Amino acid sequence: MTNEQLKQEILRISNVNVTKCMKCGKCTASCPAYDEMEYHPHQFVSMVNNGDIQPLLNSDSIYRCLSCFACMERCPRGVEPAKLVEAVRLMAVRKQGANRMKAEDVPCMLDENTPGQLLVSAFRKYSK
Amino acid sequence: MKVTYFPGCTLKNKARDLDEYARKSAEALGITLEEPETWQCCGGVFTTANDEVATKLSSVRLLKAAAEAGQSLVTVCSACHNVVKQTNYAMANDSAFADRVNRYMAEDAPYTGETKVYHYLELLRDVVGFENLAKAVKKPLTGKKIGAYYGCLLLRPGKVMGMDDAENPRIIEDLIRALGGEVVIYARRNECCGGYVSAESPALAKKNSNLIAENAASAGAELLVTACPLCKYNLEKNGSSVPVVYFTELLAEALGLKEDAND
Repeated sequence: MTNEQLKQEILRISNVNVTKCMKCGKCTASCPAYDEMEYHPHQFVSMVNNGDIQPLLNSDSIYRCLSCFACMERCPRGVEPAKLVEAVRLMAVRKQGANRMKAEDVPCMLDENTPGQLLVSAFRKYSK
Repeated sequence: MKVTYFPGCTLKNKARDLDEYARKSAEALGITLEEPETWQCCGGVFTTANDEVATKLSSVRLLKAAAEAGQSLVTVCSACHNVVKQTNYAMANDSAFADRVNRYMAEDAPYTGETKVYHYLELLRDVVGFENLAKAVKKPLTGKKIGAYYGCLLLRPGKVMGMDDAENPRIIEDLIRALGGEVVIYARRNECCGGYVSAESPALAKKNSNLIAENAASAGAELLVTACPLCKYNLEKNGSSVPVVYFTELLAEALGLKEDAND
């Protein structure tokens, strides 16, 4: 896909209007995964706007987002960066063979208290 | 009052306390929780992707079951609550999405977001009333310094969840006061513990959980209350110096129901 096609696909999945962003950086300042991200929430907004999707698809940043919606809640322009991260992550894991987490990974992450909620949530986020 | 009650998957195994104390307390407060005969896991997380239908169907079926029973729907787990409310909001406000879902389900009557969804905390506030709850307290939590830990899913996105001020909430603090406890306010009470990322990056979950626990401890909290099994797990696994309990356990304790709750 061309950069423009990738951009349109992300906008279609997320229904986000990236042009509303005024680059205040509040999303990134609010992000509890900031230190672990190569690209930060405000960069997702500007990079999607520029059609610069491939670096996002290839970055572990999409697996660090916690879906905590802090960036959405605190954006003064209602841009909703978390929806962009979700769309890019889905575009990555929906490819055949691109599951980030596999069933055989599970036994070694279990302890006696691991809640089912953790496993179902992680599978929804990291696999298709 | 009879309501449809959705416990969700984790309350059937690792978070049994959250479920048991919710049932005991509701009974004592005159609310009948009716669990649907069949239900499926909500999926734990709501995807904001417009083009996903299948992952939201279990919530739609649940919402529809409550509508058919003519009842409100009550959830306890923060994650179930988030998924069910976000799904209901999409069904009510996104007609193209609702249309796709209804065609997919191919049932006689379409569903378009009619069911009223309460988190158990909202039920206590809006149906029982915290003032009435305070009158029902038999063993007040006098002298206990308790911090509310909201985390992320209970409150956000604020406009969808419609539960409380997402940035300055008070519903759990009001519950603690109603139960006779002393409220401890701390800055990180509505920040994320790391959630499901503990499967992918345990270090990130540990860092977030520690920041929250240390912040609560330094503010003087001797106990944290949560509605979320994953918050409790992440905080405890990463060595919170402050014990973490479910809000329903605290409720049952104050109502004098705790001793016999697991009989």
